[in-house]
Amino acid sequence: MGYKKEPQVFKAKIGEVVIGAGDAAVTIGGENVWSFYSFDAPIEHKPATGIEFSDKGPDRSLPELAAFYEGAESVADIAARACTAPGADFVSLILESADPNGDNIPSEDAAAIAKEAAEAATAGGKPLVIQTTGNTDKDGELIPKIAEAAQGHNVLILAAKEENYKGIAVAAVTAYGQKIGAESAVDINLAKQLNVLIAQMGIAPGSCVMQLGNAAAGYGFEYLASTIERVKLAALTQNDDTLQMPVIIPIGSDAWAVKESLVSEEDFPEWGPREERGIEMEISTAVAALAAGANAVILRHPAAVKTVSGMVDQLM
Amino acid sequence: MALKGIDIFKLTPKTNCKDCSQPTCMAFAMKVAQGVAQIEQCPHMSPDALDALSEATAPPMKAFKIGVAGGEYALGGETVLFRHDKTFVSKPLYAVCATPDAADTAIAEACKVDYERIGERMCVELIYLEYAGDKAAFAEAAKKAADSGKTLVLATDDADAAKEALSAVADAKPVLNGANPSNLDAFAALAKEYGVPLGVTADSLDALHDAVQALEKAEVKDIVIDVGAASVKSAFENAVQIRRSALKSEDRSFGYPSLVNVAKLAPGDERMQSALASLFTLKYGSIIVMEGMGYAQALPLYGLRQNIYTDPQKPMTVEVGNYPINGADENSICALTVDFALTYFIISGEVERSGVPTNLLIPDAGGYSVLTAWAAGKLSAGSIAKFIKEESIEDKIKNRNLLIPGKVAVLKGELEENLPGWNIVVAPNEAISLVKFLKEFQAAA
Repeated sequence: MGYKKEPQVFKAKIGEVVIGAGDAAVTIGGENVWSFYSFDAPIEHKPATGIEFSDKGPDRSLPELAAFYEGAESVADIAARACTAPGADFVSLILESADPNGDNIPSEDAAAIAKEAAEAATAGGKPLVIQTTGNTDKDGELIPKIAEAAQGHNVLILAAKEENYKGIAVAAVTAYGQKIGAESAVDINLAKQLNVLIAQMGIAPGSCVMQLGNAAAGYGFEYLASTIERVKLAALTQNDDTLQMPVIIPIGSDAWAVKESLVSEEDFPEWGPREERGIEMEISTAVAALAAGANAVILRHPAAVKTVSGMVDQLM
Repeated sequence: MALKGIDIFKLTPKTNCKDCSQPTCMAFAMKVAQGVAQIEQCPHMSPDALDALSEATAPPMKAFKIGVAGGEYALGGETVLFRHDKTFVSKPLYAVCATPDAADTAIAEACKVDYERIGERMCVELIYLEYAGDKAAFAEAAKKAADSGKTLVLATDDADAAKEALSAVADAKPVLNGANPSNLDAFAALAKEYGVPLGVTADSLDALHDAVQALEKAEVKDIVIDVGAASVKSAFENAVQIRRSALKSEDRSFGYPSLVNVAKLAPGDERMQSALASLFTLKYGSIIVMEGMGYAQALPLYGLRQNIYTDPQKPMTVEVGNYPINGADENSICALTVDFALTYFIISGEVERSGVPTNLLIPDAGGYSVLTAWAAGKLSAGSIAKFIKEESIEDKIKNRNLLIPGKVAVLKGELEENLPGWNIVVAPNEAISLVKFLKEFQAAA
């Protein structure tokens, strides 16, 4: 008996979300097959790879990273430089200095920084994704201000959680027309619940993406991978429209915070230079998240962005 | 494969002789279908019927072993496409490329990475030795590689070269990778003569399917399907289609482990090879061949593999005990969390980031997260006090500050009663606040 190809095309599909304004606009989602299964049916929008930078600047102790951002000091300059990273589909600002556990700068100041980055990103032809502090109280206050400051740039703001989604959804999406991420902690039911709550606020599906959690390879990544896969299965096989938003997974913060990327070469000489370890940790984690079904990943190092994005291009 | 009772009944003698201790052949067939009885319990089954049955009940993907003691590995045997359905069975094996003229370098490269992570040894399992035109050199390098303790894949489509190498190392049970539609007969004969698994490749899925069937017809039992290196896209499609055909469409001719040569897909590009190795670790690579393997590549890749190949029903746990972090000694503070691996990793990571020397104490908490363990009664003042006693923490550590997770702040009072002399400190609810908390705690102390 010969080989019989049996394409697996689903009747349901993932929703589309457009981020960025004008020439900088990028669409994610829209697929009706497993990620990279373009042999089953054409995939219109490739998974997007983003490059992130902190408002406190890059880690200049990493030689390759420092060289990439050399001469870029202001947030606008850093954002503009990030736009030139080969393979980057979007750029992402981390408002690190707004963190209540850190500098805790006022929301107004953080919003001004966001505006600066949004203008630089749009000018550089790339959409902007803004990552806030993760502190529910601070984000509840901060995100509406960012949304107002970045008006017209169609930015994606990460993220609203179950504790603070109400104010964020209304202000960011309804009032200022931005896109938001709905963040849940590696659990399909929590993700679904938050999506339902956000939808009840009158937020259209095209304005919301899911951030299903974070993990670095080797650090409970199986939970994240299975959560993404189960979300996609529900979205595609059961046509569950409360789980059909595209999935975005920020990689950088976790990948650079694990022991493998943190310890110095002096302490672990056989492990080699720290920068290469961090790059590889980003690559393996991001590729695995994409293979599980993520529509976008956010990486910190331009070398990791180039590799991951290069792999995506070869698979499309 | 689930076979219906009625199909099995048709193959029985239908004599109701009760020799199988069931009242009727039909009842017996139903029991076999449920998996309660074994078909061998019927002494009257004809050999033809047994053959038909074993074929119908064979697993969808063949499982076999390569290598010998010390370097013996399982391949195949998968039953599901997604790990949340059931635990994946055979971890992908990583191989490093070698050529006969640089065999020593490659063997050294393959032995470079060797470490332990949560009870598992992490190392390059295989050496992928490629024939380069000199048969004697190939055989000699094969011998050398086999002696290194690594399991071997012999890569050549030249039957004479393969024979010479196999006669030197067949005892080590290597994989012979090199069959293709133009040399099937010769390679099938070699695989059978030396009893080694055979790798086969072809230009298209159709041709590959035909080639595998030809090998099956020639009675080659253990087959590895090389997904080819025409492009990343085609290699990925082949790996997915082959596994999906086997598990979803029950096409047995594709029910074999796969081999992906990422060294050939991205020559000279170490980072791209890592990316592809990660991709194929998730999606259906059984043997993954790379040019080399340094620690920078291995640390995330082996961690990823370990994660993906865990039991989805059973949380990964770390061993009970004291984990000193940042050079902690008997005078450093103690912090306690649960033995759920994910929690442990997050907490230990934050403690490391804080730079504060800390004795991280891990009691048996059933492998649950903090709140779940507490709710299930696996993390209580009593269980913590018992752990402190059994592990003789009070003898080993002089410092009497014990940080407990903020989520179980409720245990503070009871712990103070159970552990006289200890200063019980409630740490933050979330790991994210731990760095700041630990630094401030250290400064205040």
